[in-house]
Amino acid sequence: MLEVTRRYKLPAAHVLANPRLSDAENTEIFGKCSNENGHGHNYEFEVTIAGPVDSKTGQILSSDRLDEIFGESIAERYSHRLLNECEAFDALVPTTENFAQIVYQDLAPALAREGSVRLVRVRLTETPRNFFEYGDPR
Amino acid sequence: MVRVTRAIEFSASLRYQNGRLTDAENAELFGLAAHQHGHNYRLEVTVKGDPDPRTGMVMNLVDLKAILEREVMSRFDHKDLNRDTDFFKEAPPTPENLASVIHEVLVAALPDGMFDRLRLFQDADLYVDVVG
Repeated sequence: MLEVTRRYKLPAAHVLANPRLSDAENTEIFGKCSNENGHGHNYEFEVTIAGPVDSKTGQILSSDRLDEIFGESIAERYSHRLLNECEAFDALVPTTENFAQIVYQDLAPALAREGSVRLVRVRLTETPRNFFEYGDPR
Repeated sequence: MVRVTRAIEFSASLRYQNGRLTDAENAELFGLAAHQHGHNYRLEVTVKGDPDPRTGMVMNLVDLKAILEREVMSRFDHKDLNRDTDFFKEAPPTPENLASVIHEVLVAALPDGMFDRLRLFQDADLYVDVVG
């Protein structure tokens, strides 16, 4: 079994607060992450794909094309943005657990349009000490 | 069962070239990668097994290092993948294909059943895993 993983980075801001809860409840649950003015991270993504290696190109998918798909599906939507203001988080707290799932859901259909390419998993690193994975286990 | 990983690094030049296509077709298909360029590859090789009760080792790392030296470093380090090896006369030396070649030679060189997986980094932002 062969998988290809490509890494990307983008900075974004978020506020961890559930608008349906009181300020006191949000502070209790999310602590300093609930600062209403926001804070940010250098998010790092590892996007892993699988599929047959094309005999003509020797590739599952060209890295240029993967970069374009990541750019259109993820970077254009979330880079240098306040995640709370992005449509995907209308009803979701922008924790990195939720962000990892959104990234997977944004990328999977775009990759499925590239023939038999399959998104295996997304690893989203929030800080050097926290990362979150969604998709098939390793 | 314990897994042990050893890493090596090698530098090689290459150009993406499908031997069945013309230079013009390769240039169109692969863009800049059809030009000769190079990478600092990093290879992580994982072997698996139960530690030998006498030595406490899954495999003597001196032996693993010797296999990696013979099978990988001597073939690819400071070489041109297209011209100095026989693996890429037709198939382009993409990371997928290079990882598959390394997988094949390591499975053949390691004691039966010891190969677990490899991870080949082309650079910090792209790697290929081959499992099993």
